[in-house]
Amino acid sequence: MDTKRKNELTEIAREIRVGIIDAVHSAKSGHPGGSLSIADVLTYLYFEEMNIDPKNPKKPDRDRLVLSKGHCAPGLYSALAHRGYFPVEDLKTFRHTDSYLQGHPDMKHTPGVEMTSGSLGQGASTSCGMALANKIDKTSVRIYTILGDGETEEGQVWEAAMFAAHYHLSNLCWLIDFNGLQIDGPIAEVMNPTPYDTKFAAFGWNVIECNAHDFDSIEAAYKAARECTDKPSVIISHSIKGKGVSFMENNVAWHGAAPNDEQYEVAMHDLGER
Amino acid sequence: MADKIATREAYGKALAEFGAVYDNLVVLDADLAAATKTGVFKKAFPDRFFDCGIAENNLICVAVGMSLCGKIPFASTFAMFAAGRSFEQVRNSIGYPHTNVKIGATHAGITVGEDGATHQCCEDIALMRTIPGMTIINPADAVEARLAVKAAIDYVGPVYLRFGRMAVPTYFDDKYEFRIGKGVKMADGHDVSLIATGIEVEQALLARELLANEGISASVINMATIKPLDNELVLAEAEKCGCIVTCEEHNIIGGLGGAVCELLSEKRPTPVLRVGVNDEFGRSGPAKELVSYFHLDAAAIAEKAKAAVALKK
Repeated sequence: MDTKRKNELTEIAREIRVGIIDAVHSAKSGHPGGSLSIADVLTYLYFEEMNIDPKNPKKPDRDRLVLSKGHCAPGLYSALAHRGYFPVEDLKTFRHTDSYLQGHPDMKHTPGVEMTSGSLGQGASTSCGMALANKIDKTSVRIYTILGDGETEEGQVWEAAMFAAHYHLSNLCWLIDFNGLQIDGPIAEVMNPTPYDTKFAAFGWNVIECNAHDFDSIEAAYKAARECTDKPSVIISHSIKGKGVSFMENNVAWHGAAPNDEQYEVAMHDLGER
Repeated sequence: MADKIATREAYGKALAEFGAVYDNLVVLDADLAAATKTGVFKKAFPDRFFDCGIAENNLICVAVGMSLCGKIPFASTFAMFAAGRSFEQVRNSIGYPHTNVKIGATHAGITVGEDGATHQCCEDIALMRTIPGMTIINPADAVEARLAVKAAIDYVGPVYLRFGRMAVPTYFDDKYEFRIGKGVKMADGHDVSLIATGIEVEQALLARELLANEGISASVINMATIKPLDNELVLAEAEKCGCIVTCEEHNIIGGLGGAVCELLSEKRPTPVLRVGVNDEFGRSGPAKELVSYFHLDAAAIAEKAKAAVALKK
């Protein structure tokens, strides 16, 4: 990727991270850690990869993203806002009683949200249904999904994985946000879902790895996915939970907690806003 | 007298019939196509039938995904698994976002028969009733089942269709106009109203004859749509007859009986007795025998009806 574009995307990702912290701080609630760990991937998807139009959020031939790890709604909302689906200043209404920005993605109320999610594992299956419908209609639509690593402990994810391979859903690209942490501790200690590469390969998938915070790596990964025409693709995305905010990085405690006012100031400083 | 037909048979035929009309109709199953009769659609339109294998949670959400990309999906499996095992998927991916998925749940109730309790779902109506925006239809015969499938296709939103394994008589002809949310008076009466659904419509009609022999005049209602309930009809029956017996192949908790009690206790307190499975699990046996064993037959309804009449002041 050329340096100019990389710098542009880096700045957008920075702004998306600011939006995440603004939303969660304003709500005094939400999931910053896992939102920050996917901020660069979201940037790449919404600003480079996906065939979308914020002025026409329902255009029939659009690519779709299902955020199966729905608790990272702050990340999704921040990306959608910065991409132009709704005003960035509305991020501060996140989780407020009269807001259209629900705690978990709500397709009925938020422009750009393709599927309601929050209950883990279900988005994995829903994305398979979207991919299958498009495959039988022979469209060029691509379906993108982001799952959490803790989420892969849900059996339904593997039902969906079996299904996608069985129906050769090559228009489907999952990404596992492999930040290694869940609520009760590191995934390796709570319920180890790895190794991912051999598991997904055994399930009949095309397996790709990437560094979640390197745009060249993300770009190469999604390109490799597009080039596979007979299998669904999964990108194992090695990430840092809380990436970008010093005290949140790699810290289990920041899965679902909001920064107080002092912490907010530190975060803003870390993100270059102070 | 025409042969009896199970509503699941009518379901399978209806899918194939309407599959020819609606080219965006797709059907999904979970390894039960022979039993649910979605196999009939599979034979006619193999390119639009998708087996999900024994993975019902995935079945439900795959259907959702397809509905969001221009398809009208019917997702089928046994009621136990559709409403039970995958309740949360139905609730969170179909109910909450109000997605356009039709659940064709077969083998509801104890008339599943020999397979026994693990497969005899007596809770599905109760479970589905608690989902806001869900429509629940339990057709009484093959004609109504076919029309219910059509109505479900034309309605935009979630529908839970409940079909049985046991053969039932045919009551309706080709002039019948099925309407979601509208019950039908099958026979008139004034001492007690038997509000029945599904296979219990046959038993209620037989009970009416038994009661007539004892000088009790019973009306019989086919309440095919349980949610939204035909409140107007229930209230009219309560007004006219003064007492009600609900009849369903379902737990007496939370199904049609629950729905009727909830309405009447608020709007017009009326004695309501419930014929259904008495908060117990099913058991293996031939379907017809189980109908009597679990006190769902005409004799049981007639007894309850007499007790209901006695409760009137």
